[in-house]
This record gives sequence, C-alpha cells and structure tokens, in this order.
Amino acid sequence: MTGADRWLLPDGIDEILPPQARRIEQLRRHLLDYLDNCGYDFVIPPALEYLDSLLTGTGKDLDLRTFKVTDQLSGRLMGLSADTTPQVARIDAHSLAPEGTSRLSYCRTVFHTRPASLLASRTPTQIGAELYGVAGTSADVEIISVMLSLLSEAGIEGVHLDLGNVGVFRALADSAGLSDEQQSELFDLLKLKCQTDTLAWVERELSDSRLTEAFSLVASMQGSASALTDKFARLAELVPVAAQQLSDMTQAIEALMQRFPQVSITCDLTELRGYDYHTGLVFAAYVPGYGDAVAQGGRYDETGADFGRARPATGFSADLKVLAALGQRQFEAKETVAAPASDDPSLWQAITDLRTKGYRVVTEANGDVAGASQRLQQNDGQWTLVSA
Amino acid sequence: MTQPLTIALSKGRILDDTLPLLAEAGIHPVEDLKKSRKLIFDTNHEHIKLVVIRATDVPTYVEYGAADLGVAGKDVLMEYNSTNLCEPLDLNIATCRLMTAALKDAELPAGRLKVATKFVNVAKRYFAEQGRQVDIIKLYGGMELAPIMGLADLIVDIVDTGNTLKANGLEPCELIAPISSRLVASRASMKVKYDQIQPIIDQMAAAVERQRNA
Repeated sequence: MTGADRWLLPDGIDEILPPQARRIEQLRRHLLDYLDNCGYDFVIPPALEYLDSLLTGTGKDLDLRTFKVTDQLSGRLMGLSADTTPQVARIDAHSLAPEGTSRLSYCRTVFHTRPASLLASRTPTQIGAELYGVAGTSADVEIISVMLSLLSEAGIEGVHLDLGNVGVFRALADSAGLSDEQQSELFDLLKLKCQTDTLAWVERELSDSRLTEAFSLVASMQGSASALTDKFARLAELVPVAAQQLSDMTQAIEALMQRFPQVSITCDLTELRGYDYHTGLVFAAYVPGYGDAVAQGGRYDETGADFGRARPATGFSADLKVLAALGQRQFEAKETVAAPASDDPSLWQAITDLRTKGYRVVTEANGDVAGASQRLQQNDGQWTLVSA
Repeated sequence: MTQPLTIALSKGRILDDTLPLLAEAGIHPVEDLKKSRKLIFDTNHEHIKLVVIRATDVPTYVEYGAADLGVAGKDVLMEYNSTNLCEPLDLNIATCRLMTAALKDAELPAGRLKVATKFVNVAKRYFAEQGRQVDIIKLYGGMELAPIMGLADLIVDIVDTGNTLKANGLEPCELIAPISSRLVASRASMKVKYDQIQPIIDQMAAAVERQRNA
C-alpha cells in the first residue's frame, strides 16, 4: 500500500461526517424516543456472539453475509452480528423470558460481508422493533403501524406499503406435497414474477386442477389490495388451510387503510422474502425513486423455539442512514456562541452556565468561530451575550 | 397520479425487435432512435422516457431504480444474477442458445478444463452443476479464437446460426439454456408504480402472444 491510497476505505464501508452525522444522530434519538413512546423497550445486543446462536433459524443468506472470527478463549466460531432480529429473539426467549407480551427496540451498526443489495451499505445502522407474545392480526397491525409512523417521523413521504404472506405459499406447498426441490424451483419462478413461466411449471408438475388454479392465482396476486378481494375469496375456497391466513390479511389491510389513508397499499403473494424463517404476514415499505425497500419485516413465529421457547413474533427494521438520506425531517440547529480566548475564571463560569442551558459555546482559537450567532462579551465585569 | 416512468432498452438487434412490441403497448419514441446520438428519448407519453444503453448495463440501471423497466437478453440476466430484479415477461425476441463449444472432433483433456467465456458466473454455475471443476478465462469477444490458439479447451457463448463456430472449425456441444429477451422490472417499481407498469406488461404480453401465433 502506498501513502497515496492509505486513506481508502473498503468498498461499501462509509464514514459519516458533519453535518450529516449530527442529523443522523438527532434522527436516531428522535426515532428511539418515538419507539419508546410506542412502548418498546430499548435493548443493546452484543456486536459479537457465538455463530450458533447468531444464525439460529435464519437462512443461508445471513450465514454468507456474516463476518466470522474464532474465539481465542473457547475455540468456537463467533460472528459479527449481520442482523439484530435473531439476537433480539434470543433475548426475548431466554434472557428476559416474560410470560406475556414483550416489545423491544434497537438501533446499532450491523456488519455485512457483502451488501444486501446494490444500494446497501456493508455497515448499515439497523433500527427496528420486535413484538413478542401476541399472535394474530392485532400484532401485525400494531407493528406495521409503528413502522409507518416511524417513517413519517423521519419525514419520509409518498410511502407505499406492500404486503405478502409467506404462510399462504407454505400452506399451498404443503397441501400439494411439493418436494424441497420443487418448492425451490417454484419459489425462484415466483420471485421473478413471470406469470407465464410459473403457469407452465405448475401445469407440468401438478395434476390436481384445484392446486393448479390456486398456484396460478398466487402468481397473479399482485396489485392494489382493494382490487384483489375476489381472488382472495377464490383462493380461500381452493385452499381451506390458507383461509384463516387470507381472512386475517384482509382484516389487517382494512385496519391499516383506515389508520393510514395517505399510504397506498398493495398485496403481492409472490413476495416470498425471508421464506426460510418468516411464517406469516410479511411487509415492506417503498418510496418512489429508491430501488429498494426502505423498511421491511414480517412474522417469524418459529425462531424462539430454537432458544427453548416458541413465541408469536413479528417485527421490522430499517437502515437509519437510508431514513436520514430519504427523509425530509429537519432538526433545529443549536445556537452557537463564540467566547473569547481568555483565562478569566468568570468567563469559564459563564461558558459552563451557557453549556448547561443547552447553548453550543466555542472558544475562539484562531479568530472567528464559524456559524456563531452570538458572542460572550464582558460589560462592567459581567459576561453577557451580544449578537456576533 | 401519473409518475414518471423510464424504460431501458438494449442497443442493437434487440432494439429492432423491441420497438414494435412497445408500439403495441402504445409507446412510440418521438424521434428515430437509430439516427440520433442521444441516449435518452422522449415518447408520445409525457411521463415515459426511453434510454438506449448497452445490453449488459440494462439490469444495473433497473436494479438501482434509475430505470423502472428494461429489456435485456436472458444471457445477460443469467450472468447478472440479481435477486432484486423481476422478469415479468418473456418477449420471445432475439432468440438464440447459450452453449458450450469446442474444436470439432477434439478430445477434451482429462482433469480440469480451461473454459473461455464472457459469461463467467453462468459458466461457473453450469460446470459446478455438472460436477466438473473448471478454470474460467474471462474474454470480452472472439471466443472462437481461444480453443484455436490453445488458450482454452472449451468456450461458453451465444449460438445463433452456428455459422461463426463452423467457420472457425468449432462445433456446439451442450445446451446451457435457451435464450430470449425479457422485460425486466425493478422490484420497487413493480410495487410503487404497479398501476402504470402492469397495463404495459399486459399489452406487450398480448402482442407477444399474437406474434407467437402468427
């Protein structure tokens, strides 16, 4: 390495400088306060823990995305956390282990060996909330409402909510008796959203006409939630095991439409993100002009079982840095006061008093203080503020 | 509310076949794409723009959300291999085959094969699925030369008529995948602009179906 490129940061690793850093930090405090107002308790999971617990119940994707190191003390493999959710699930299932509901929030940097998408950082600041112990629509509606309100608090406008349901596909795959290989083939086709290819596959692989129709319906289930009511009803008829999931989903959509009339809501049953660990309703928020979801989450009822206690669970997360970049929320800048460079003890007292009151007081070292609106000046032995 | 929509088109042969399909969806560029040196074009719709770029760049533009829709060959998409792109429609144009090829009647050496290709990811995946370990040599064009000059044992390339292979004393061996151009969409645009994108997909699908039956 030559001196000329010693300053280079690795790809996808960023540093945040003033004034953005202040804005991001202010946003972080504001959003965490908001989550606290919603009743979510803040937790700080460790950045480093044993791989066994870190990757429990998660997909191969997360495994590949996790930086690994050997623990010199135990010889076991440890991982740098790449996703906070499994850790919070462990905290809920084992460390806290409450009988009833628990609501937990977090905000910290996670580390990715490779970025989750083209647009993503390798060190996103993951902010999110998880709700444990409540099954059913009320919890889904609560967590999605918290997510949408959080985006609104960040000043993100034109939000678009997309809902999917991994449980419906799961129920359908089970009743069709699809092998793992078939599931993954069909999964890949649905992910591409190519209806013709999906239909061709379904017709080739399945003989039961009810199931063929059901899968074709799933493949075509995209679009505005209100336009899909008939398809929902037909699908519930064809696959009675999915009927409950579908009616819960409809109920959730209605509740969300009432609470957030400004948010456009679409459904997409081909959206099978996190199929490895999600079990029911999954959701993501998009905004125009950004090629990725700004926040996303879903239900993962089985994960707790790996830590000794299966619990109904749902949650969401977002990258704080993305929220800060896309959000319009402005925070009031503090007033900056310039203080002369002097050893006068009374000046020091005046500076300390002002700082305690919340002013930003900067001592003049080389002349002017940038951005100072006021200045400390001594009049008749008293330090007073005059405009700079 | 009508939101702006950008469609990224692949230059060259694919473009010739794409424009009639777009026309069927009621989208016409206001000037001749081939005569202009511009890269971005207005259409008869105020909110729809076309950009004309290299085929390999189409998935990148679409994945970043810089373009909402795009048209690219399945070969390019297989090589790009992103989970963030949707392929809502097979346009059934610019069809060809992605194949392995070798010198005619040449016996392949035992052990690790050397494979020359510009489809590095596709070749790696294909041979791994076959249970064969190979060394990949990335080239940007003129693959046929590699076996002749002893640079590689096999090549992986697009085969249309097979005439180029034949002229250079090569023959196609195994089919990796049949190729045609696809309409691609960014996952985010598919959600946020669904009401605008889906009618375009439907109209183009109908046009593709008519061509198939013609």
